[in-house]
Amino acid sequence: MFFNEEFETLPRPALEALQLKRLKSVLDKVYANVPFYKNSFAAAGITPADISRLSDLQKLPFTTKQNMRDSYPYSLFAAPMEEIVRIHASSGTTGKPTVVGYTQNDIAIWSELMARSFVAAGAHKGDIIHNAYGYGLFTGGLGAHYGAERLGASVIPISGGNTKRQIMIMQDFGSTVLTCTPSYSLFMAEEAYAEGIDIKSLKLRVGIFGAEPWSEEMRNEIESKLNLTAIDIYGLSEIMGPGVAIECIEAKRGLHIWEDHFIPEIINPETGERLPEGERGELVITTITKQGIPLIRYRTRDITSITYEPCICGRTHARITRMSGRSDDMLIIRGVNVFPSQIEAVLVGIEGVEPHYLLIVDRQGTLDTLTVQVEVSEHLFSDEIKVLQALSRRIEKEIKDMLGVTCTAKLVEPKTIQRSEGKATRVIDNRKR
Amino acid sequence: MKVEQISIFIENKSGRLAEITRILGESGINIRALSLADTSDFGILRLIVNDGKSAAAVLKEQGFTVSMTEVVAVEVPDRPGGLSAILQTLDRELINVEYMYAFVERCGGNAVIIFRFDETDKAIAALNKENFNMLEGSRLYNM
Repeated sequence: MFFNEEFETLPRPALEALQLKRLKSVLDKVYANVPFYKNSFAAAGITPADISRLSDLQKLPFTTKQNMRDSYPYSLFAAPMEEIVRIHASSGTTGKPTVVGYTQNDIAIWSELMARSFVAAGAHKGDIIHNAYGYGLFTGGLGAHYGAERLGASVIPISGGNTKRQIMIMQDFGSTVLTCTPSYSLFMAEEAYAEGIDIKSLKLRVGIFGAEPWSEEMRNEIESKLNLTAIDIYGLSEIMGPGVAIECIEAKRGLHIWEDHFIPEIINPETGERLPEGERGELVITTITKQGIPLIRYRTRDITSITYEPCICGRTHARITRMSGRSDDMLIIRGVNVFPSQIEAVLVGIEGVEPHYLLIVDRQGTLDTLTVQVEVSEHLFSDEIKVLQALSRRIEKEIKDMLGVTCTAKLVEPKTIQRSEGKATRVIDNRKR
Repeated sequence: MKVEQISIFIENKSGRLAEITRILGESGINIRALSLADTSDFGILRLIVNDGKSAAAVLKEQGFTVSMTEVVAVEVPDRPGGLSAILQTLDRELINVEYMYAFVERCGGNAVIIFRFDETDKAIAALNKENFNMLEGSRLYNM
């Protein structure tokens, strides 16, 4: 099944011709309207006129998250503010978020790509889509919502949290499609079990899970515990939001990236060189139809590989494999992006706390947990238990306030956190199996 | 009237107390009294020793977090209501006891209790006024 059969099955020569046409057009636009691109192209000694084939894309410089931060909030926008109808943001490392703006046309394309993704996952008009992605600055909630409406399904904009109510609504409203993070789906299954509700007997048929890394083992667990087909979805706010790429229910082998709107490349994150098909490296995406904030060769930091082999579903768009990690130190904890440097910034802001810390990420039952170990220095030490406990609570609260992630602060003896020569070990991620 | 106590931060993991007592023993330091306060994650070991400054120094050298705290050692008559009379005096003066623990040795016929107050000087004055006996540090360290 397709949402837009013509474009989803476009023969590759036609697809590539369309990509080149759109690439040239977006390059002209950013060169004319965004000083950052004019300058970075000039520094590389290149103009849009030098791009005559798709492979010429490699000549262009990369765009990084740091570039976006430096352009905070609107300097990378290519459309005037009068044409921007929506603003989203994702967390950044310095407390300042990364800001993206959408024109009416961008929202329409995003809705279509998300609708295509729903159909690829096996959803259709008539489905009741239980959208438990967070609504707000985060793109997950609204992105899936607009796609569900575009598809013509009935969407329940339940957002995250209040799990008991989620389960009641799922049961009473007859939800057939669930959209949330993979770990939250398992948490729901546990909560339902505790409430004496057999979640397997509900009408859920398909789950579309993303916004955090997960494994094939976790897919099996979700499918057996919730009695549905679990589909992996990929997206990032810088590029658009959810719906950049999705698995098809026919193959469940790799995520189709919508190539009529995005050009993917895989590079060696150390050298920046493009890697051949099948080799694992960092995903780089160029948006070729976006108006609000087009990005040229954006380094996603996500590690994957790409294949152009035909898929049994009939889509001609390339597939990327499940994300296997990050080329930077970003952690995704319960769907929240966390950089260790953000936690460090919170800790050094608390008087007496030294930047000797260790983050331990674990998955207890089905939920990610974060423990922040902090060394107790003499400045910090109090002879009274209640003072030290208040300190732990303060660290927990400030991290929650700044990053939106719940953690447990654990005070440890000084010099117990490993000091290594060179790169300090700041993170132990026990979720990796 | 004030007595010097050393407080040590310890994680709740096996062998930490043994390690501290080993270090002190090897440095010829004698423990006169101790109390251990603990939570699920960490504890605070409070010690009165014959030489607080040296004890603090050797423990810091071994990487422990140590602080010195002033406490008061009060003689408590060994009869019903003995402790209660002291606590009532403090209560009248609105002085809080942060924590307290018993000293191992007796002093004559009396027990000795170590107190940590929120306002140490005010507590000493209040107890003096009511003629409760407090022990000098020098006497306690060598008892």
